[in-house]
Amino acid sequence: MIAFWLLAILSVVSALVVILHRSPVYCALALVNTLFLIAAMFVMLDAHLVAFLQVIVYAGAIMVLFLFVIMLLSAGDEVRLEGRGGLRLAATLTVAALAFELGALVVAKRGENVALPASFGSTEALAERLFTRHVLPFEITSLLLMVAVVGAVVLARRKA
Amino acid sequence: MDLLIIFTKCLVALLLVLQVGILLLWVERKGSALIQDRVGANRANLFGGILPFNLGIVNTLMADPLKLFTKEDIVPEGADHFLHWLAPFLALFPLFLTFAVIPFGDVLEVGGRTINLQAVDLNVGILFVLALVSMGVYGVVLGGWASNSRYALLGGIRGSAQMISYEIAMGLALVAVVLTFGTLDLQQIVRAQGQLMWGVIPAWGVFYQPLALVILFIAGMAESKRAPFDLPEAESELIAGFFTEYSGSKQSVFMLADFVEVAIVAALVTTLFFGGWQVPWLQRDGFHFPGGLSLALPSLLVTLLQVLSFLLKLFLFCWLQILIRWSLPRLRYDQLMNLGWKRLLPIALVNVAISAVLALALQGWTVR
Amino acid sequence: MEDSYLAVLISAGLCALVVAIMVGASWVLGRRSPNRAKAAVFEAGNRAVGEVKTHRFPVKFYLTAILFIVFDVEVVFMYPWAVVFRRLGWFGLAEMAAFVLVLAVGLAYVWKVGALEWD
Repeated sequence: MIAFWLLAILSVVSALVVILHRSPVYCALALVNTLFLIAAMFVMLDAHLVAFLQVIVYAGAIMVLFLFVIMLLSAGDEVRLEGRGGLRLAATLTVAALAFELGALVVAKRGENVALPASFGSTEALAERLFTRHVLPFEITSLLLMVAVVGAVVLARRKA
Repeated sequence: MDLLIIFTKCLVALLLVLQVGILLLWVERKGSALIQDRVGANRANLFGGILPFNLGIVNTLMADPLKLFTKEDIVPEGADHFLHWLAPFLALFPLFLTFAVIPFGDVLEVGGRTINLQAVDLNVGILFVLALVSMGVYGVVLGGWASNSRYALLGGIRGSAQMISYEIAMGLALVAVVLTFGTLDLQQIVRAQGQLMWGVIPAWGVFYQPLALVILFIAGMAESKRAPFDLPEAESELIAGFFTEYSGSKQSVFMLADFVEVAIVAALVTTLFFGGWQVPWLQRDGFHFPGGLSLALPSLLVTLLQVLSFLLKLFLFCWLQILIRWSLPRLRYDQLMNLGWKRLLPIALVNVAISAVLALALQGWTVR
Repeated sequence: MEDSYLAVLISAGLCALVVAIMVGASWVLGRRSPNRAKAAVFEAGNRAVGEVKTHRFPVKFYLTAILFIVFDVEVVFMYPWAVVFRRLGWFGLAEMAAFVLVLAVGLAYVWKVGALEWD
């Protein structure tokens, strides 16, 4: 329990750094940190495979891309823009609605305990489900990835 | 008590990798001297000459690191101090941690307890290694950025682009290995290599996945930016590439990271392809030679032999990498990227395909 | 299982401590005498001018990173498959073959178009 609260508080702090820090490189690094902490929470939830996949793909590949772009574009420190009044109000309302929804969900589901099979989250169990019952989403994923590759190449090489 | 055992194992793994890294610095110096037909660094003394004899052999072992640690830590103007400190930290930390999952022995039966000689016993060991290798990129890219120098930045970006290009080939080679052994747990893979093929030959990974071995070795060397892939830190050309602006202990941390990565690649190759701590025909209770001859040995001696075997193989592959470094000329950057994307990647994919087909077609082809 | 992750934590703590000490060593042990010439960025005798901004964005690094992400995801899908490979048999092989083939088509396109050149 202590572990959960520790991780949760650290994650929130790290996420706040992502949003609030001036320098984009620090924000990206704080995001990597947040992803690590979330992977640790996955481990606590017995989702070992997903935790490592999160680190390998998200923290290890996607954030590297973010850092490349930040550094190559030499994105300077953030300039605080003055948002129009309407925009700020809309943002605040949206966040409040989201927070209310999440809170309601947590309160409603509290006390529910689902019995988990012993091999929950193990590589074998996840793999077997993925490749038998969920084959179609798996194949569609490959299509998505190919589209991403081709799209990125096409966009990047367009004579602007 | 369990906690103490875990702590001790983690400490042992850390000290092992630290010692191997520092030793490799010396081996590299003297080894390259041997290959290049010269003597190498052999002068060392205390306090400017207090001793009447030359301390020779401890030169690079102790004097060099000591010198580097006591040099001034210069942070270039305009550079971010925190990031300048963080970059070498991120370069070395994942490498040290990787060694924790490498099994350096079977079990130690002492005091009624059976201790698995592996600091961190994860059932997804290979994914752990892969995750940490992915983290290693940050050290390089931050090192280039935190120097406030456009050359260092470009060096850092190119270095990390090289690292990520070869990570895929490495990952695919590991997939082929996982295919053969059916598990991601490193200790289990090593144990499975204790079986015998046709009753004679130990079932080491190299007999099942020779191509994956070559791919992993090449990708590992490219990943650690070692010659012939060392353009990001080309000593004779770019001064020091992404870690030009680092001095003192930060520089030595980057250099140590280089050698530790040599040790990691060697450890991976040993564990996955050459039986790790396995000694041919040696089981828990002694030797069982194929002819029927067997030799009973006490358990502690068996464990010792196995640990020694692991260390021997580790040093063999470290030496092989040093040999390759000082024998081959440097690859140009575009040749390097070509090799990673256009040669190794398709070959690795084909390797996985062939292994998969073989594994299904020939029932006895895989090790379990 | 929880034991292993405790070991990971202990290991990580030890490694972090040792590496932090090593990185901080010369700040503690070395001298501190800041000097304009020493703090200047290395430029082989010239003084560095201008900000560290690359006005021409080399897009090939971005492409390399995108390709890396996509193929990393592919590799990451192959690991669970490789573990339960025998249980899935030929059907599993066909699935994974379809997956890899689609991505190989993507790779072939990228190769043909020349996005892998000159890196």
